[in-house]
Amino acid sequence: MKANSKGVLTGTHNLSGNEAIIEGAFAAGCRFLGVYPISPSLEATDRFLQRSGEVDATFVQMEDEISALAAVLGASWTGKKSMSVTSGSGLSNMMEHIGLGIMLQTPCVIVNVQRTGPSLGIPNGVAQGDTMQARWGSHGDYETIVLTPNSPQECFDLTIKAFNFSERFRVPVLLLTDAYIAQKKTLVKIPPTKDLKLISRKLFKGAKNKYLPYKNDKNLVPPMVNVGDGYRFHVTGLTHDERGYPVMTSECQEACVRPLMEKITKYQDEIIEYEEVETDDADVVVISYGATSTVVSKAISLAKKDGIKVGSFRLITIWPFPEKRVRKLAQKIDAFVIPEINFGQIAFEIERCAAGNCNVFFVPILGGGLPTPEDICKSIIKASKEKKKIEKLIEL
Amino acid sequence: MKETRAKYWRKSLNLSEFKIPKGKIHILKDRCKGCGFCVEYCPNNVLELSEKFNAKGYHPPKIVNENDCVNCGLCEMVCPDFAIWCTLDKEVCLES
Amino acid sequence: MAKKKIEPHPMENILRMDRIPHIWCPACGIGTAVTSFASALEKLKVNLDEVCVVSGIGCTGRVAGYTKVDSFHTTHGRAIAYATGVKLGNPKMKVIVFSGDGDIIAIGGNHFMHAARRNIDITVICVNNFIYAMTGGQVAPTTPLTAYATTSPFGNIEPPYNIPRLAEACGAVYVARWTALHVRRLTNSIVEAIQKPGFSVVEVISPCAQYYSRINRLGDGLDMMRFYHDNAVIKHNEPTENLDIDYQKQIIMGKFIDREKPTYIERYNEWLSESKPKKK
Repeated sequence: MKANSKGVLTGTHNLSGNEAIIEGAFAAGCRFLGVYPISPSLEATDRFLQRSGEVDATFVQMEDEISALAAVLGASWTGKKSMSVTSGSGLSNMMEHIGLGIMLQTPCVIVNVQRTGPSLGIPNGVAQGDTMQARWGSHGDYETIVLTPNSPQECFDLTIKAFNFSERFRVPVLLLTDAYIAQKKTLVKIPPTKDLKLISRKLFKGAKNKYLPYKNDKNLVPPMVNVGDGYRFHVTGLTHDERGYPVMTSECQEACVRPLMEKITKYQDEIIEYEEVETDDADVVVISYGATSTVVSKAISLAKKDGIKVGSFRLITIWPFPEKRVRKLAQKIDAFVIPEINFGQIAFEIERCAAGNCNVFFVPILGGGLPTPEDICKSIIKASKEKKKIEKLIEL
Repeated sequence: MKETRAKYWRKSLNLSEFKIPKGKIHILKDRCKGCGFCVEYCPNNVLELSEKFNAKGYHPPKIVNENDCVNCGLCEMVCPDFAIWCTLDKEVCLES
Repeated sequence: MAKKKIEPHPMENILRMDRIPHIWCPACGIGTAVTSFASALEKLKVNLDEVCVVSGIGCTGRVAGYTKVDSFHTTHGRAIAYATGVKLGNPKMKVIVFSGDGDIIAIGGNHFMHAARRNIDITVICVNNFIYAMTGGQVAPTTPLTAYATTSPFGNIEPPYNIPRLAEACGAVYVARWTALHVRRLTNSIVEAIQKPGFSVVEVISPCAQYYSRINRLGDGLDMMRFYHDNAVIKHNEPTENLDIDYQKQIIMGKFIDREKPTYIERYNEWLSESKPKKK
C-alpha cells in the first residue's frame, strides 16, 4: 500500500465505508481532521491517523463535537480542505457550527455515520433518522447539500463530490452514511490522480485593500481568501454586509441570507443525483437511499413474481431534494413505497412532492436493523392494489 | 514652591543635555463618551472636562494647561474610545 | 469655513477606524484593553498580516470587529476552539483570542481547559468584568460572592472562578492579571504572552459601569477605576490559590506563571515525522 505524491491510493483495495471516506478525502485534498470519537465512525479516524504521516495532514481530537467542528471551520479559513467525522448525537452537537459555517460561508465536509436515536439509541445500530436534522438542524433559514452513499465505493466517490460541492458553493456539506455502509468491507477502486475531478475554492486575487469578504460573484458565491494572506478581513456570524461588518436591519438580513439559499437552489440541477431503474412503465416506484437501498432490489424481484410493475428510484443527493423528478413520477404512477430506517422523514418530503397525485406508503423500521425484502414486498403488493386516487375521482 | 526650592539647589553641569518633551494633544470631541479617565489620570493635570456638550451629549475633555503636557501618552492609553492622543510637539531644554 | 484637517489616530493601522465609535458604553474598560493590545502589537513590531484575532460573543466578543487584522467573530464560547483550528491550519499565525469572562470561562470553560492542557500556541486575553453585560447584567462565573446581578437579586450565592488558578491547573504556560487601569503593565504582559510559545492567559479586570457597578451601587466607571487604583496590589509570582477575588476587596495583580512546555504543534510534528514512511 503506497500512495502517490498527492496522497491518492490508486488501485483496488478492500475497504470499509469509513475507510473509503478517508481515502476519498485524501484524494480530494483534505488535510485537516477535527473529531471527537463516537461509534460507529471510529475507523475513519484510525484510517486518517494511519495515513496522515504520508500526506502531511493535521489531526486534532477535540474535547467535544462542538469544538471539533469549530476547529474544522477555523482550519478551513487557513486554506486547508477540512473535515469532521461524527455520528448521531455528535451531529446534534455540531448544529451550532453548521449554522456558523453556513453564515461565514466556510467550506468543509461533515461525515455523519448515522446511529439510532433519540439520544444515545443503539450506538452501532443502523439508522437513517438524521435526514431531517441534516436539513433543518441549525436554527434559521439555510440550504444545504446532503449526500447518501450506499456502498464503500460510493463513499469514496461521494466524499470527493462532497468536497467539490463544499469548495464550489462555500457551504458545509454533509455525507450521511450509516453503521451498515460504514462498516461493511468491499473492494473499492481508486482511480489514478489524473482521472479525479477536483474543485478548489475560488480565491480573491485583487488588491489587498479592495477585498470585500461577502461580495458575491455572478454565481452568488463570494471569492475567499486565506488567513495570513494579508487581506485582514473580518467575518462574523451576525447578519453582515459585504464588508463582513454586522448590520442589524431587515434589509441586510434579506441581502445576506437570501443568497445563502439561492446559491444552492439556482444550481440544484447540477447538484442533484439519483438512480432510476425501470421507472418508465412502473405502477409502483420504491424510493430508497443509503442502507435500505441495498435490500430493495431483492424486494422488487419478489414483487415482480406477482406480476407487479415495480421501478426503483434511489436518492444519492437527498438535499436539495429532487423535487422536480419526484413530482413528475407521481403523475404517472399509482404509488410510492418508501422503506426507511426511521418513522417517516424523507417519506414526508415525498408525500409533499406527490401532492395527492399518487399514494404514498411508508415501510418504517425504527432502527437497529435493515427492513426485510419481504416487508417491502408486502407494501409493494398493497400499494399496487390501491387505485390511483385521481382515477377514483374521475370514475365518481 | 518650585521656585523657592530651586533657588537652593545646585545646578547640574550637564543640565543642558536634558530635554523635556512637549506634547500636542489631539481630541476627537465627537468620539468621546465623557468617562473622565483622561482627566483623572493625566499626571500633569493638563485636561479638564469641558462645560460644553459634544454631538452625542457628553462632556468631552478640554485642554487647560497645554504647556504642562510631557507627551507621556497615558491619556491615549486609558481612553476607552480612541478619542484622545498626543504627539511629540518639540523638546525643550531644562535650562530655558 | 475651511474644514480642519484631522490628524490620524496613531492606531489607525491596527484598528478599524471606519467602525468607531464602538458599541461599548461610556467608561467601559474593554476599549482600554483594546488600546493596550494595539500598543502591544506596535511594540512587538509583528507583521500584522500574521496576526489573527478570534472572539466569541458578548461585549468583549466585539473586539474582533474593531481590530484591523484577520478577525473572526464566532459563536458563544467557541472562540478558543475556533482559534485552535486556525493555529493548526496555519502555524505561522499569531492567534489571539479576545473575549469575556462569560464567554471563555462559562460556556467556553471546557475549551479553555482543554486548549490549556493541549498547550495550543495561542494567547487568551480574557476581559473580566464580573458580569454578563451585553445581555443585561446576569450573574457570571466570575461574579464575586454576595454581589448583586439581575439573576442574583439577593446576592450571588455561587463562589466565583479564580481564572489564574484555573489556567495554572489546566497547564497554561503564562498567566498574568492586570486591571484596565494598569495599561502599561498590561501592555507589557500582552507582549510577553504573545511571544511565549504555548497557551498564555492574560486576565484584564475591567469596569462595567452600566451593569456591575450600577446594580451594586459602586458609582460610575471612574469610581471603579479609583477602586482599582486604591485596592489593586502587584505581587508577582504570587501562588495562584491566593488570587480569589472577593466582593470589593483587594485585587492581586501581576505575572503569576511563566514556564516552558512543548506545544501541541511541536509534539504533533515530532510524531508526524516519526510516522512518515521511511525511504528505502
